[in-house]
Amino acid sequence: MKLDTSGLESVAPFLGVSSELVGGLSGAPYFELPNTANFDRFQKDAIQMVKPAKGTTTLAFIFKEGVMVAADSRASMGGYISSQSVKKIIEINPYMLGTMAGGAADCQFWHRNLGIKCRLHELANKRRISVTGASKLLANILYSYRGMGLSVGTMIAGWDETGPGLYYVDSEGGRLKGNRFSVGSGSPYAYGVLDSGYHYDMSVEEAAELARRAIYHATFRDGASGGVASVYHVGSEGWKKLSGDDVGELYYMYNPITPSTVEQEMTDVAGP
Amino acid sequence: MTKQQANWSPYDNNGGSCVAIAGADYCVIAADTRMSTGYNILTRDYSKITKLADKCVMASSGFQADVKALQKLLAARHLIYQHQHNKQMGCPAMAQLLSNTLYYKRFFPYYSFNVLGGLDNEGKGCVYTYDAVGSYERVGYSSQGSGSTLIMPFLDNQLKSPSPLLLPVQDAITPLSESEAVDLVKTVFASATERDIYTGDKLEIVVLNAEGIQREFMDLRKD
Repeated sequence: MKLDTSGLESVAPFLGVSSELVGGLSGAPYFELPNTANFDRFQKDAIQMVKPAKGTTTLAFIFKEGVMVAADSRASMGGYISSQSVKKIIEINPYMLGTMAGGAADCQFWHRNLGIKCRLHELANKRRISVTGASKLLANILYSYRGMGLSVGTMIAGWDETGPGLYYVDSEGGRLKGNRFSVGSGSPYAYGVLDSGYHYDMSVEEAAELARRAIYHATFRDGASGGVASVYHVGSEGWKKLSGDDVGELYYMYNPITPSTVEQEMTDVAGP
Repeated sequence: MTKQQANWSPYDNNGGSCVAIAGADYCVIAADTRMSTGYNILTRDYSKITKLADKCVMASSGFQADVKALQKLLAARHLIYQHQHNKQMGCPAMAQLLSNTLYYKRFFPYYSFNVLGGLDNEGKGCVYTYDAVGSYERVGYSSQGSGSTLIMPFLDNQLKSPSPLLLPVQDAITPLSESEAVDLVKTVFASATERDIYTGDKLEIVVLNAEGIQREFMDLRKD
């Protein structure tokens, strides 16, 4: 795109601009500009198109004893931390959990709506809804709003007649069945810890510790994740919250401070 | 064909800050009374606080036209509730009603940043904080509005209590007395007024406790 600089030529001699400027112009100067609607924004808009995922870390995995679900608790609005105590693991009913990633209001509202639909299913059919069914209900709703700007990246974890179930559902309309998922900006870090430590035959305590560590490591490296690492277990009797630990304190638990040798020498000297 | 751009916006930001603090048996809700648009002050005497129910008060900053529409809607819904149930709405119920009301306009939001304060069914103070589209959380204290980034870190420093997500559960109620909380609010607004151009003029403080609702005013810098 050729910039029209004819305006420059007429003004310069009139204002009595220094002669070297006028002399240096051999013809109408121009420089190429990209053919975009907004010159100031197009680079940022391009980056926004491949924008990193929702600011959070959530994970869930199936193992021998059921499903383990864990999440951090930080909510951010741009660079501002709007809350460090957000409940990202939502209790849909006593045997099903949903995780929250993306728009807080979108996740809260649609999970509450899903809980209502699950209860209506129980009343209409005299039996609990399956994890497959619940996740499909949510996925169909989100698909119908596809393209309208909802931001939801959730996992539905539960225990039904077929055993433990885990589905990933998102606002693009995707729905995936799987054994291991992590969602959010901290998910790469969580996957690293989770994938390397995972065994199907873990005990509940080992699985809880693995989940806790994965969230902890994600909060350590991802600025958009932090607060409290919550860990839930879904078994045949339903879900149970196993732990909620401040990740700042987890740091010192995993990296205890040992007194330095200098201090030790001084106490020796002070002794009788 | 370049994308069409709008030549006007339905929204405006009238500025201002709100704060709410929950205590063991009281709740303090406060907001400044300045209403601005751009660099102009429209009035120095506009209340951002409204009583939704006997035990439930809301303070909202943002676009006051949307705030007014929201207040009217909630007041109407509360009236219907009273007709149907023969009692006032409790604070937790109103909190969820507000959340749903905000979300119903998910695709053309109320530009309203709300803080709900009141007494829960046991008489303990409760504060609920919202974003513009309805996500909400019960907290011990909160601030919203143009001065919130200045106020919130100070409240965290003075009032931060163990997160409700911790296990084993740790009690999260402010240890402050009612008068200490009111003094804290006055301090906080005086500081916010110094550094936020949209906050100032006058401070309106509403205190909810077992005796009912009390209101007091304090002057702030008018520059």
